Amino acid sequence: MTTTADATDFVAQLKSFEGKEAGGPERGADPVNQPMIRHWVEAIGDDNPVYVDADAAANSVHGQIVPPPVMLQAWVMRGVRPRPTDGGNPRDELMNLLDSAGFTSVVATNCEQEYHRYLHLGDHLSTSTIIEAVSDEKATGLGVGHFVTTRVEYRTEDGELVGTMRFRILKFKPGTGRGATQDGDGSKPRPKRPRPALTQDNAFWFAGAKEHRLLIQRCTQCQELRHPPRPVCAKCRSYEWDAVEAGGRGTVYSYVVNHYPQVPAFDYPLPIGLIELDEGTRLVANLVGVDAADVRVGMPVEVEWIEHDPDLTLPAFHPVRSERPRAGQPDEGWPGPQRAEQ
Amino acid sequence: MSERNELRDAAAVVGIGATEFSKESGRSELRLACEAVEAAIADASLEPSQIDGMVTYTADTNPEIEIARNLGIGELSFFSRIHHGGGAACGTVQQAVLAVNAGVADYVVCYRAFNERSGRRFGAGVQDQRLRVLGVADHDRPPVTTADQAHFSWYAPFGLLTPAQWVAMFATRYMHEYGATSEDFGRVAVADRKHAATNPKAWFYGKPITLDEHQASRWIVEPLHLLDCCQESDGAQALVVTSLERARDLPNPPAVIRSAAQGAGEDQDMMTSYYRERITGLPEMGLVARQLWNTTGLGPDDMQTAIIYDHFTPLVFPQLEEFGFCARGEAKDFVRDGTIELGGKLPINTHGGQLGEAYIHGMNGIAEGVRQVRGTSVNQVDGVEHVLVTAGTMVPTSAVVLGVDR
Repeated sequence: MTTTADATDFVAQLKSFEGKEAGGPERGADPVNQPMIRHWVEAIGDDNPVYVDADAAANSVHGQIVPPPVMLQAWVMRGVRPRPTDGGNPRDELMNLLDSAGFTSVVATNCEQEYHRYLHLGDHLSTSTIIEAVSDEKATGLGVGHFVTTRVEYRTEDGELVGTMRFRILKFKPGTGRGATQDGDGSKPRPKRPRPALTQDNAFWFAGAKEHRLLIQRCTQCQELRHPPRPVCAKCRSYEWDAVEAGGRGTVYSYVVNHYPQVPAFDYPLPIGLIELDEGTRLVANLVGVDAADVRVGMPVEVEWIEHDPDLTLPAFHPVRSERPRAGQPDEGWPGPQRAEQ
Repeated sequence: MSERNELRDAAAVVGIGATEFSKESGRSELRLACEAVEAAIADASLEPSQIDGMVTYTADTNPEIEIARNLGIGELSFFSRIHHGGGAACGTVQQAVLAVNAGVADYVVCYRAFNERSGRRFGAGVQDQRLRVLGVADHDRPPVTTADQAHFSWYAPFGLLTPAQWVAMFATRYMHEYGATSEDFGRVAVADRKHAATNPKAWFYGKPITLDEHQASRWIVEPLHLLDCCQESDGAQALVVTSLERARDLPNPPAVIRSAAQGAGEDQDMMTSYYRERITGLPEMGLVARQLWNTTGLGPDDMQTAIIYDHFTPLVFPQLEEFGFCARGEAKDFVRDGTIELGGKLPINTHGGQLGEAYIHGMNGIAEGVRQVRGTSVNQVDGVEHVLVTAGTMVPTSAVVLGVDR
């Protein structure tokens, strides 16, 4: 219970910063000026003349040079070597509090800007910053942490509000993210793939996989092949079955390429195929030896075996390397354009 | 499928109630369920003590008796649950109709409540299920050997873990056979978000999207973009069903349940029916469609609007085809030119669907069907006589036809 009470107390401490000024106001080193605009648009590759060409700008809706609105943050940035602060402001206190609780790593996660008007050459901006929100503890891909959102208001010297920015960072504990080990040292091998749930109906197939044999269940009464395995033949209702070993070749009947969510046992993008074996049954398996972008429906593939861990060996399929014609298998057009089947 | 099915005009939805739809309700799932059920009963101008039947999903975490206890409902003479995730949605209504038609209950509440964003996220799939090999010491749970869980042995070890991934396998094949494109699927997302944009209860109220934004959204699992996928939501929705005769004595105009049907197809799997001769249709939804059209004598042209279950946009297409709104493979043409948007021939998901309003496992769609029949939708379609509402796809499923009382 102590742990829970401490955690609640810690979050309350964090929340007490909400609404506070992060620190004193800050003033831009330079007013809005043409050289900084020019460097910025050249670096970005934005060739809109309204930013740099006085004549073009005069004839535009603005009537004069304006900087790109997204430069907003640049006008009050602290520079390459920010001056050290002496602490004592709420932002530093909050960061110290998070650091001391182990949330020592930081990453910027979001930045949203609102522009109230276009800026003009000579506008000299200052900022005031509010700590708007500190989140509860969140489990993220990077690690366990707290999001801190600040709201920065940009004003001209006569106090006109010209822009606002919300900036969110994640302060997190290193080594507590997805894929990290309990010890946080990152040296442990990746987590194992999800286990198959073995039953008396399906265990033979996974046992065959351990021996690198791609098995297909067969009804011994009517010879019907079936996959996934099941106890009864739907055709003749026989409970008697054995298994035959597949030749290991087939075609991609359909496929997907996984991007999210990213589970630590797998590499992404992760192509997975629904393979139609030459014997006629289908199975789901990983596609390997092919770029995800090159997978096609109809692509001829053949099996290989991957020993993922001592207890789990699974088939995977790669594109057929030596193209030899197969009897009764129409060319489905791979790798050329796909063709609709009518 | 029985040829004797005469389940027609037996009952009506007389009350609807929901919580707000959010990403973090801050309340227990049980409390959400109670709030929605209480609101639905109040909307029906009934007292909790009049409720004598309750139906929910096997996926729901809130037992009927807990809700009955909390709301002072008292005795229940009918309670039932439907399996198969979102396929249960309209199946709960069918249970209620069967119950009131048989006289085993007079007023039945159907409900669904969850913290599906802030609690257990469906989008995470089965990765945490600890599927395991018998006898392996480094897994601490007892062996998983039910047929339900063994089913995922053919997918989870390969990384095919989530609903989006299971669905994407169908989408790729559908695109291959019929020449549909990601943009075609995107038109469903654009229609949903257009309707959500004018629905204050929708999470994406005021936030329509363009087809370009759909195309630019990141891949979740190719061929599905982020904007092809429904939300994960916190919230609850409840409905009250009674006989048509009793419904006519209550203040709300009855949303007549013209018929309700369930269907499981041949060689049916839960989300992964990959082994049928063809995988570009939804035979289970075809079975539901045949029952509904046969029992009601109605057809696609009699529907002025429809709520088409939209967990992922690609599977809206075969539903339109199974119900005969267009021919097989032609949904991509049907959805062009705003056909499925407000003002089109068949506006769908006028509440914003599960992409735009909220993902309440299809129950919020039934409530929108009721509002269309009552004439109270924020995106009301002109001259509504009948509304089709469908439930989850790639699973055993269900649907209802709601209509105006004439």
